[in-house]
Order: sequence, then C-alpha cells, then structure tokens
Amino acid sequence: MNFDPRFSGRKFASVGTRPIRPDGVDKVTGRARYGADFNMAGQLVGRVLRSPHAHAIIRKIDTSKAEKLAGVKAVITAADLPDLTDGDAAMYDILDNCMARTKALYDGHAVAAVAAIDARTARQALKLIEVDYEILPHVTDVDEAMQHHAPLINDTIFTEGLEEKPVKPSNVTKRSQFGHGDVHQGFGHADFIVERSFKTEQTHQGYIEPHACVASVSSDGTADLWVCTQGHFVYRQHCAQLLGMEASKLRVTSSEIGGGFGGKTHVWAEPVALALSRKAGRPVKLVMTRDEVFRASGPTSATSIDVKIGARKDGTITAAEATLRYSAGPYAGSWAEIGAMTAFACYKLDNVKTVGYEVLVNRPKTAAYRAPSAPMAAFAVESAVDELAKELSMDPVDFRIKNAAQEGTRSSYGPVYGPIGIGPTLEAVKNHAHMKAPLAKNQGRGMACGFWFNFGGQTCVDLNIGMDGSVSLAVGTVDVGGSRASLSLVAAEELGIDYSQLKAIVADTSSLGYNDMTDGSRGTFSSSMATISAARNAIKILRERAAQMWDISVDDVVWEQGHAVAKGEKHGNLGKLSLKEIAAESGKTGGPIAGHSELVADGAGVSFATHICDIEVDPETGSTRVIRYTVVQDAGKAVHPTYVEGQYQGGAAQGIGWALNEEYIYGKDGRLQNAGFLDYRIPVCSDLPMIDTQILEIPNPNHPYGVRGVGETSIVPPLAAIANAVSNAAGVRMTHIPMSPPRILAAIEAERGG
Amino acid sequence: MRYIRPLSIEDAVGQLAGSAGTAAILAGGSDLLVRMKGGFVEPDLIVDIKSIAGLSEIRETADGFSIGAAVPCAVLGENAALKKAWPGVVEAAKLIGSKQVQGRCTITGNLCNASPAADSVPALVAAGARAVIAGPTGKRTIAVEAVPVGPGKTSLAKGEIIEAILLDSQAPRSGDAYLRFIPRTEMDIAVVSAGVNLTIDEHGVVTAARIALGAAAPTVLLVEEAAEALIGRKLDEAALERLAKVCAGACRPIDDKRGTIEFRRKVAGVLAKRAATTAYARAGGK
Repeated sequence: MNFDPRFSGRKFASVGTRPIRPDGVDKVTGRARYGADFNMAGQLVGRVLRSPHAHAIIRKIDTSKAEKLAGVKAVITAADLPDLTDGDAAMYDILDNCMARTKALYDGHAVAAVAAIDARTARQALKLIEVDYEILPHVTDVDEAMQHHAPLINDTIFTEGLEEKPVKPSNVTKRSQFGHGDVHQGFGHADFIVERSFKTEQTHQGYIEPHACVASVSSDGTADLWVCTQGHFVYRQHCAQLLGMEASKLRVTSSEIGGGFGGKTHVWAEPVALALSRKAGRPVKLVMTRDEVFRASGPTSATSIDVKIGARKDGTITAAEATLRYSAGPYAGSWAEIGAMTAFACYKLDNVKTVGYEVLVNRPKTAAYRAPSAPMAAFAVESAVDELAKELSMDPVDFRIKNAAQEGTRSSYGPVYGPIGIGPTLEAVKNHAHMKAPLAKNQGRGMACGFWFNFGGQTCVDLNIGMDGSVSLAVGTVDVGGSRASLSLVAAEELGIDYSQLKAIVADTSSLGYNDMTDGSRGTFSSSMATISAARNAIKILRERAAQMWDISVDDVVWEQGHAVAKGEKHGNLGKLSLKEIAAESGKTGGPIAGHSELVADGAGVSFATHICDIEVDPETGSTRVIRYTVVQDAGKAVHPTYVEGQYQGGAAQGIGWALNEEYIYGKDGRLQNAGFLDYRIPVCSDLPMIDTQILEIPNPNHPYGVRGVGETSIVPPLAAIANAVSNAAGVRMTHIPMSPPRILAAIEAERGG
Repeated sequence: MRYIRPLSIEDAVGQLAGSAGTAAILAGGSDLLVRMKGGFVEPDLIVDIKSIAGLSEIRETADGFSIGAAVPCAVLGENAALKKAWPGVVEAAKLIGSKQVQGRCTITGNLCNASPAADSVPALVAAGARAVIAGPTGKRTIAVEAVPVGPGKTSLAKGEIIEAILLDSQAPRSGDAYLRFIPRTEMDIAVVSAGVNLTIDEHGVVTAARIALGAAAPTVLLVEEAAEALIGRKLDEAALERLAKVCAGACRPIDDKRGTIEFRRKVAGVLAKRAATTAYARAGGK
C-alpha cells in the first residue's frame, strides 16, 4: 500500500466543523443498544460468586447443592476454564483473574459462576455453593506491601530490573528507571531544593454502564459474543485463547458503550459467560452489579511518590528526581513504569532520574484509566514545581515557561521531541482571562501541566460506496468518544462530499480485519489515518470508472471536490462526473466501488495540556467548591471541535472527582467498604462549574491532517492543578489525594497548631 | 412474596399483625426497593399504604399540621403554609436523595428507616414533631425521637404503622433550620447534620430552643445542654461558640467511610452554629 501519512497542510471543508452526532438521536431516545440491551431466545442469567476475603487459599468448592436446584443449568469453577495459556504469564493472570484457581487474591475475586433460568434462581444457587477458604494475611496498602514483613501475594515473583537478581520473592514485581545526566551533581548547583512525599488513593474509572455481555456457544463449537467493550477484536483473541477456540469461530459484536476510560480493555465476565454458555448449551447474559464493578473491575493504582527538584535563583531547574510506587493489584503490569516515564515529560532537564516500583497488593487488578499512571505522577511533580516557584518568588506560569520542553528537547523518558505544545499551552494560560479573574476570600488559584504519549497501532477500515452515491464506513475501533462523527468528517473531506452522505458503523470481528482497542487516545488518530487511506483507494477506483465512462486514460482524470474531472486539452468539453453519477453506473463499469485499508498507525504525536482552576475552601469544614476551571490543550487538529471540547471537559471532570472525593476505602479486614456510587463519590452535575476549554492546534507531522489523540491528556493535570488551588486557598500544602473535607480540615487544624 | 394494597389503616394493621414471616411497609419505596434490589431483604409480605384514605394528605389542624405517612417529600415543598411555618423541616425533607427520589420518599419512611443520618429526622426532632401510630390495640402518639432506637431499628411493635407526623403551629417569633454536611452538593448522605428550632422574645433573647444532631450517634441526638447554652441569651458570638462546643462534646460519632470522629465533632459544632444563625434570623432576631 502506498500511503503517505505526512502532514500536508491542506485547507479543510468538513474537518473542523461541528455537525450533529450520528449516534445522538438513538442515545437520547433510549433506542441505542448497550451491553445489557441484547437478548436471545432461551437466554439464561449468569451470576458470579465472589470471594469475601482479601487473601485466601481455596481448599475446596462444593457446587453439588447448587447444581441440584431447579432452574440451574450450569455451574462452573476454575476447573471449567482449564489452563490453555501455554506458559504465557500475562494470559495466565487474565485467566486467574476471571476465575480464581488456587487462591482468592482480593475481596471480589470470582471463584464460581452459575447460569439459571432467572436472576432469583441464580442468586439462590450462589448461596448454595460451599467454598472452603483458608484465610491468609493480606495487604492492601502500597507502602506496607513493600515492607519485608508484608504478606507475600505471589511467591513466584522476584523483582525484575534490579542490578542483582534477588534471592527472595517480593511483592515488588518490577523496578524501572528513566532519565539522563547526573542528578547528584545537578542538585549541587541548585540554590533552592524542594523535597516532598505524596500519596494518592485508588480510584475507579466510574463508567455509568456496568460490564455486560451475552454469550452464545453453539454445539458445533462456534460462538457469538455481544459485549460492551473498548476493543472487541482483543476480547475475541483473549476469549478464544482462554477457551481453546479458533478466533475466526468466535464473532464478537461491540455494543454502544456507556463509558470505558480504559476500564473496558480487559476481559472479566466474557470468558465466564462463554464457559457458562458452553456448559449449559444455551445463551447466557452476564451483567455485573455496581458492587461487582467496584470490587472486581477497574480500578487505577494507589500511589506513594517522593519528588525532589532543585533550581538556581534565576529559575532554571538543575535537577529533578522522583521515586514512584504504584499498586498493581495482585498481578504484574507496567503501571509504575508509565508513571516514571511521564513524571517530568513537560520539562527540559539536564539532570533527571525517575525510579518506578510496581507493587502487588490484595486489591482488584489495576486496569488502565485514561492516561494510566500519569495523573498521579503529575500531581506529585506539579505540586513540587509550584512550591519551588514559591520559594523562588517566581510566578508559577513563568517558572514553567522557563523550564518547558520544546522541539529538540531530549525528553525525560528518552526520545527527542518533535513540534510539541507544552510551551504554547503555557503561553495561552498566561494570557487567559481566567488568570485575571478576581478571587474572593478563602478562594485559591492553581495551575498545572500534563503530558501523555498517545498511541497508534493496528487499524483496518472499509469504505463502501452505494449505487445511490451514499457512503458507508465500517471501522473496527469502538466509538467511545465520537469517532463515528469524526471519521465521517474525514471521509467526507477526502471524498469531497457532504457529511450527511456518510454513515459510519463499528463492524464486528468477522466483518473486518483486526483492530487494536480504542485506547491510548488512538481511536480518531489511527482510524482517521486508515479512513483517509481507504478513501484514497476508493477515489482511485472512482477515477478509473470515470475514465471508463469517458473512454479516456485514467491518467487524465483527477478527483476534485467530489467529482471526477478530465484534464488535458483533448477533454475540454467533458463535464464533471459526480461521485453519485459514477456510483449509479458502477454495475456496468466493473461492479461495486469500495476502498479498503489496513495499516499500523505510527507517529501518534505526544500531547500536552495546562489547566487552571479556582477553588473555594470552607476553613471551618474543609468543604471545597470548584469556582472556575479552564483546560488548554493541543489537539494537533480538532476534527470535530465539539467532541474535542467534550474530551477536555470530561477529563477535567473525572480529575476533579479524583482530586477531591473519590477513593477506594478498605477496612482492616481487607474488604472494600464503599462499593457503590453513594459512598464512592464521583462528582454530580451540581458539583462542577462550566469547564472552559481552549483548543490549540500544533499539527502532528506524522498525520495527513495533523491530528493528535485528545482523549487522555485532559485527566493528567487536574489532580495537581486542584491541589495547587486548594493549597493556595487553605494556606497549607496538600499532599494526599483525594483532598476530602476531613483531610483538608485536619491539614488546616495542624497548620493552625490546633 | 405477597404484595397487598389495603384501603384502610385497620386492614393494613390487621394484615401486618397477622402475617407470618417478614413484612415490610411500602410508601415511596426509596429505601425498601433499593434494599430488595440489592438482595439485602426479601420480605414475605409487602403492605403498600399509598391507597389508604388520608395517608397521602397534609392536613392543617387546629394545632398545626398532620402529614400523612405516604406524602412524598416533594409535596411538603409545595405546601406554602407548611413551608412558612416550618422551613427547616421542609428544607430537610427536600435534601433527601435527588429530585426524583423526593417525588417518592416520605418523612415517615425516613424516620422508620432509622438511619442516624436521616436528613428529615433532626429537623423533625428539633421541631418537636410527634408520630401518630396505629396498631392492633389502637392508636398512640409519641415523640419522633422515640421511634428509632438504633441503626435500622424502631420501637414500633408488630402490626404497628405510623399513620401521620404531627407538627404544632410554630410559636410566634420562632424559626427553624436544618443543615447537613456532605462532600458533594447533592445526592449524598449526611456525614453529620444539625437541626435547630428557636423562639425569641421581643428583645432577641432566646426563650426556647431545641437542637438535634444527625449522624453523630446511633440515633439522632436531642442535645438539651445545647438548648441551655442558648436560652436566656441573645445569639451573639459567645453563645454560638458555646453552642458549638456543647454540640461537639455531645456527639458520640464513629470513624467510618464517610468521616472521622474528629471531623464529625468539629463539623457538628459548626453546623449547629450556622443552623442556629439561620433559625434566629427566621425568628426575626437580628
């Protein structure tokens, strides 16, 4: 395939406009089908039995009574999901997380499941399953889990990344280090040094739609799965591998998605539903309750982070260092590594060192959450940066501008930056009206920067032109943030037709080639690249057909604004042929017209944002109110600006919740105490101000339109921006997220010496 | 599970008294249905009281108001006379859950759910409200604070139903107010709360006071020492500080997922001060 992805600097007709969303009407009228909205004849209700213990050996599971209950069609345990992972440790962890094999590793870990004719019978059956547990000591806190005397969660894990191979197993799965220069020497040149320790509690992605699927395994071994996911192709691979099926025999259809934020990139219930259906011989619907969503899916890491930054009197940072500890749940991942990579990515540093430790704890397996691991690192670093600016008596924006990374800077995690947006977002913030808005008593202003890599990856798109000239676009990246609208705009742009002539769908896994998940802010970036390529392939055919209709050489036909135009002196009298006219004749000129593309989208441009926020603190109660909030972020090119603004606002809203109130609260018994939206406090509408946005467009040189991913960066700065604002309002540095009212009041009282 | 919808209070009482197994009374269902859906309770009998004559009405009586057990909280907010007389009670009822929940939930249900964090209860206790109870042996009237006896437990005997909540006419130069602390702005449960009802004389001196704290002990607390801290004084800075101190001291809170002992004590005092200030202004105090 001959596709040139380089930025071309063209003028746009469709891209950058704000047409209405194609999924809007069905969503507001309730017609849209989410995970739990699919039903089949003869369908059973699946329910999962979960461990009430944080850490326990499963001695024996007796399912005989449950199996005898009238209406129960299948009961499964780990024995019904035999280990077919063939030494693939990551897949084994997924399997073990779906259904505990020898040990329950957290409160909520699945140990058995039933399929029954109705929910009541299924619930009763769960009560009849007898599990004999041997309770083990547990650990849920990231710092405690690193202690030598901490209960060991997996005795086959030895810390990776140490200079000497450890002789004893540990809860620390991996040590990773990034940086360059000599921080010791750098601190020697500093006039001021700030050194602080920070903690952040575990949060959940908080998607409103719980995990839901319907699995139907036929007696011939083929299967269908309808599921709410961010990546149905990946779910197909994982499910097929875990169940010993060929991928092509399992067709996975993704539903509309009521939020994912990274949390719907992992299988939990799906292999279980398939195993139940296989055993029962009937379709099985499995929908998690909210309690299960909190106890068993998501969440993000809890962290403990130390930061040290030094600067000269003139405001130049001479050295920066951070040690970051991330909880991973009971299985290894690479969460701390990402935190260590992103921590200082905003700055131009001669001497920088970050060390990440990933730590096992008896909590649910950590899942990706919007720019996973970056917000916590940014909280710690940007808090210290703010304090250092104060020590230097410098404006916090000016201090950051002085040290901001730019094109050609070697990033703290290795690569050298191309054109980037950190400087421009800071300049925009410096000149933003928000910075001049008056602050009342007990109000404080804070700002902070954030970075995210963005990803590309494997992508496949089909573009089909109907005989009436309308165009259908089949993509394989699940639409979590408006990609059907933005990809339609992109196809309209390339073809030179109107947005209304297009309809985009998310195709199932049997209808299109493999696509990576919608994660890493890749949906619009990578699928737009594939859409442009597919459209160009279709245009090539359209030109050929026009040439045939005119009986001239295709070399004399160009495509302009939705029309084939004949060029050259001989063809001066030929009128233009519209896409519609060419499509109408397609049956006679060679059959259907389509464009296909498959590619690996490389060169996702990194993205930066700077946020400003004003917070009011009630000094008598520690209560907070967000007064103003502004997001400034580089989008590369905003394909559909309204959706881009929505992504900016959404990231800020989730960050506000994380910063102020959201946290997993565990009891001494290792059980999650707030597995519901009442006591796990995501912000309600009235908690938030109108979140203002400013889109900057610094083109990504590796995309034809300059597009960068926009979905994740917006959650990176809020924890820090809000912490800086609260600290300024309360007159005391806040170092523990969430800054819930009891924590703020305690900090104020401590500062008063009370 | 059997669901019935009796038309008279006598029938409802008879069905409840004669039931074997577990029985539950259904008014708005904003607690019961949620608990059933969560699998926490599976009652054998559900008695829906919404069709019983009079139970869905607010009546103005010679002594004040009689609020039927099935009156949704939203309806309290639509009753101008009640709002004028007892703004604190109405604002408390209008804080429960969300707008949608307020269209279903009742103050009687809130009382009988017996949560120490129930929003309407401290306001009702401060207002001196009483509950009219119908039972197999006839009717009785008790102070609302005598209904809950612990988290999730009431003093009601088998077969007893609260028929109405009585509120007296507000005395002249009186005002009530209710405040709760939640980390969010709505859709939340009180971490701690305070209801205050004050009467003042023509000089602004407090002559009567009732102060109740929520989520500060296993049941809503009526803090008599707090009333003593105000009676005979104007509501000046010193009186407010004394009130806060007494309220903080009277709390017997717990550490839990919603707040710490330390936090609840401090904020109970702060809320009592602020609610007293509002109640004082409503009474005409300056």
